[in-house]
Amino acid sequence: MEANNRYHRQIILPEIGTSGQEKLTTAKVLVIGAGGLGCPALQYLVAAGIGTIGIVDFDIVETSNLHRQILYGDSSIGENKALAAKNRLEDLNPTIVINAYPEKLTTKNAISLFSEYDIIVDGSDNFSTRYLVNDACVITGKPLVYGAIFKYEGQVSVFNYQNGPSYRCLFPEPPKAGSVPSCSEIGVIGVLPGIIGSLQANEVLKIILELGDVLSGKLLMYDSLSTRFSTFSVNRVDPEISKVLAVQEDFETMDYELLCGIKPVVEILPEHALTIKNALFIDVRETHEQPKIESLHPKYIPINTLQKELNTFDNEQEIIVFCQSGVRSKKAVEIFIEHGFKHVSHIKGGAIALYEQQTLKEV
Amino acid sequence: MQLTIKYFGMLAEATSITEEQLQTEACSVSDLLKKLKNQYPKLNDKDFKVAINQELVNNNYRIDNEVEVALLPPFAGG
Repeated sequence: MEANNRYHRQIILPEIGTSGQEKLTTAKVLVIGAGGLGCPALQYLVAAGIGTIGIVDFDIVETSNLHRQILYGDSSIGENKALAAKNRLEDLNPTIVINAYPEKLTTKNAISLFSEYDIIVDGSDNFSTRYLVNDACVITGKPLVYGAIFKYEGQVSVFNYQNGPSYRCLFPEPPKAGSVPSCSEIGVIGVLPGIIGSLQANEVLKIILELGDVLSGKLLMYDSLSTRFSTFSVNRVDPEISKVLAVQEDFETMDYELLCGIKPVVEILPEHALTIKNALFIDVRETHEQPKIESLHPKYIPINTLQKELNTFDNEQEIIVFCQSGVRSKKAVEIFIEHGFKHVSHIKGGAIALYEQQTLKEV
Repeated sequence: MQLTIKYFGMLAEATSITEEQLQTEACSVSDLLKKLKNQYPKLNDKDFKVAINQELVNNNYRIDNEVEVALLPPFAGG
């Protein structure tokens, strides 16, 4: 039989056998990103005979990708990565099903896409996608095989596996925008994502085959220069997981690029704010703080009670927040955004600037 | 007591070292971080987690014997 011959060397491993191969055949794995990590992971997963593989990538192949994204050659330059990867992988193993999704992973498509697969592999290259992938895995209850690289170092872990920790239990919030550079900014040797992506593929196979100890509750750090692997234990933090589940109804409307600071919080100038009609103004200062800006007819909701009041607002409505000087109101906007509100901004300089502006007008 | 501090990823760049020994009295993780951020101001704008003897801890954790401290930043690249 062709199948037995193709997988012979892994089937003769007593821990795998034909029953293990059958598990691989029925497994469905979705790989996010067919880049430095996704290419090696996909290559081994497809070769091992995972029955259904999904590939999500909206990007196109460029010459500068070729030193590490080893599924592509000169002939694929300019092609969509998901489609080019599918094309190469169908030759590597024509006996399995490969679904290419040449689109961006978003809050709109993530839940339905993830629901069709058993395991999600994160091979993305930015924090907004990584948090989106994590949260969608928490919501859909799918294990997440995580890998990430920086220069000569890499990280691997398995999240959301059998009640283990999620990515947010390790890193609850995205770092400040621009504080962690990407491969395109600082460079990378092709072998590093090759190693990390292969480690991810190995974890996927272990999960499916129920072999060995899955890298759950542990963060593996690999330093390619000192050739050192270190493992750190990570505990599940239930409130981090509950926070994600609490906003699952708003998930589709959330903006992860905004959360990760890729898009800035919208700031309105005080002179402009005073002319806006049809927006709901919210003063998030403590009730004793002066001056009051009565002309805007604001709702008074001190910032530490805002969370409780969120469900009294419509998340489609235009909301403009202000505080005394613009610091707390920015925080308030972030709280709104985290809960799926789309049209929320704050006033630059807060009540002080508004007051000055009003006085100017009166003069 | 003597601590071994390990810096990973961009934290090694911020401090220009990957590992060092540090003499200190018993202290909390946040006290230690204050000290390190004072010594390496570039750590101030970095996000990272702290592990003591290969186990992630929060900033209230009290360091009262000779341990290995690892500073672990998030990576985004792929």
